[in-house]
Amino acid sequence: MKSIKIKADNLNVYYGEKQALFDVSMYMEEKQVTALIGPSGCGKSTFIRCLNRMNDVIDICKVQGKIEIDGNDIYAPDMQVEQLRERVGMVFQKPNPFPKSIFENVAYGPRIHGIAEHKSDLEEIVVTSLKKAALFDEVKDRLSDSGTSLSGGQQQRLCIARAISVNPDIILMDEPCSALDPIATARIEELMGDLKTEYTIIIVTHSMQQAARVSSRTGFFHLGKLVEVDKTEAIFSNPSDQRTQDYITGRFG
Amino acid sequence: MTDRIEQRINSLNKRLNSEKRFRIYCIGAMSFALAWVLILFLNIFSSGYSAFYRTVIQVDVPFLNLIEDTTQFSEMSSEDINNLSMYSFSKKAIYGLFPDIEEKKDKKMLIRLFSIEFEQEIREFLKSNKSNINETETIYLTASDDVDQVNKGNYPRDLDEDKRRIKDIQLLFFDDLVDRGLVSYEFNLPFLMRGDSREPELAGVGGSIVGSLFTILVVLILSFPIGIFAAIYLEEFAPKNRVTDFIEININNLAAVPSIVFGLLGLGIILNTFGLPRSTPLVGGIVLSLMTLPTIIIATRASLRAVPPSIREGALAVGATKMQAVMHHVVPVAMPGALTGTIIGLAQALGETAPLLLIGMVAFVVDVPQTPLDASASLPVQVYLWSESAERGYVEKTSATIMMLLGFLILMNLAAVLIRRKFETKW
Repeated sequence: MKSIKIKADNLNVYYGEKQALFDVSMYMEEKQVTALIGPSGCGKSTFIRCLNRMNDVIDICKVQGKIEIDGNDIYAPDMQVEQLRERVGMVFQKPNPFPKSIFENVAYGPRIHGIAEHKSDLEEIVVTSLKKAALFDEVKDRLSDSGTSLSGGQQQRLCIARAISVNPDIILMDEPCSALDPIATARIEELMGDLKTEYTIIIVTHSMQQAARVSSRTGFFHLGKLVEVDKTEAIFSNPSDQRTQDYITGRFG
Repeated sequence: MTDRIEQRINSLNKRLNSEKRFRIYCIGAMSFALAWVLILFLNIFSSGYSAFYRTVIQVDVPFLNLIEDTTQFSEMSSEDINNLSMYSFSKKAIYGLFPDIEEKKDKKMLIRLFSIEFEQEIREFLKSNKSNINETETIYLTASDDVDQVNKGNYPRDLDEDKRRIKDIQLLFFDDLVDRGLVSYEFNLPFLMRGDSREPELAGVGGSIVGSLFTILVVLILSFPIGIFAAIYLEEFAPKNRVTDFIEININNLAAVPSIVFGLLGLGIILNTFGLPRSTPLVGGIVLSLMTLPTIIIATRASLRAVPPSIREGALAVGATKMQAVMHHVVPVAMPGALTGTIIGLAQALGETAPLLLIGMVAFVVDVPQTPLDASASLPVQVYLWSESAERGYVEKTSATIMMLLGFLILMNLAAVLIRRKFETKW
């Protein structure tokens, strides 16, 4: 049994009048990949965005319940959200590099947090992050090119490099491959395998095959409820809930 | 089967024909608009270009009559020269063109061929060349407006004498001077350098150009930062509630308020309550800023809104504060749009007349303003002032001023386009 990194307890999320999540309780293990699957609009993205409080930017979004990371309540009043996001990085559905150079894209996080004291430190962080994101070899000769000039898969790996540049514990990935072709997807999945030795990864995905390939535990969301969460093999071979069974066999979703 | 195909072809031809017609309408509409612009430009240009040169008449000035030895001038200070009594001396120099004239009336007519500042012009010549004045110097003196217009062919010479400002004898003088090769054109630099004048041949747009530049500078300094900050706050930080909705509606309303209303506001509050000096570019700039602000705010907000939210999220997700995300990533991307909006707002302000009339920038100002606190005219107001004047010289000067105004507007719009091209973010 791995140690528990994140624990959500009776999480309810509302967008204005509409309730998006109902009493979600689950935990995620350290240095493992946890996949969240479910049909569109089931609340899995809402859930993952609660983990680094990205939902704070939506005015009408209201979160009730408790999320603990390493035992600390991240919705506690004394929690600095910027500090939280330094520890919980995020990669989005559509690659969103800054319209700046590749170097600047990765250097931005360390710079604003004052992680690097000298220019050489910063360069080292950029190189290490790009290497960890398996992008360095492709871009090492053109670090000053715009990040937006890269291909879609490269852009997404650049975003991963950006996320790990501030040395987080956790990386959230919100459908990171949905805008990518199968080859780029395979590279990202391969990368996840490497990254999980250092980081706890939570991935939201539409692709059940992807969940099966990369994750050790999988949670199935449906209509804002967490229907079932278990070891990935268990979910895909022997789900305990009929709805999970229906979904993974393609009867809906 | 063939019937159906034929039907299809018929209906397709119909669609293609209607598309052709539609295109013709569009091209027609565009040509119509373009033709009017062309007519406008041609009209203004053809009546205005002659203001950029002026008629001068060569006069031999015998400085020896003023002083025993012309080398003495070099020892005189400017003030000494100012104190010299030169009026009758200058007149005599002009009489020298036609030594045979005896009658006082005719002499007066001769003098009137010249701008009333002939004495001043001779004095200025003396001042700037005092170290090497010869016994007799040839000086180009500004012709009076009437002569200038006759020379440029703008003046109908075949009218009855009593319907003309220029008299027959003056025309005789003038024709004789032309025959002797003493009448010539030169580039009208004074028109670009001087302030307004009651004498058309001496009036210049220099004062109003400087006044307009000062005004625009004030507008830029005031409205650019205020507009940008207001737009950033409203778009990025303000809570979405009734108050912000109300503010937004009012900003949009403000953009539609007739400009003269801003002039009344300036008159009532800025001049009368705050007591700022009237007729000055400072006050003009403040009033025009009020008018420009909504344009800048609306344009900036639109370009902020056009920045994909994913950029904000990307910055927030690595732990940037809201302000860092906005200032480091959103504003730089939105800046070209904001600048374009600002320049268009400034161009609008540059051409605005009505509010300036109310705060007294319509005053007759002879001096070129040195600071934004000096009384001044502005280009559009100068157009308004001169277009009301009767003298023929002002007709070409009005058009020439419009040309300058249009020139500045075209430059500004060009700058807006270039800035957008250069700094636009490539995604």
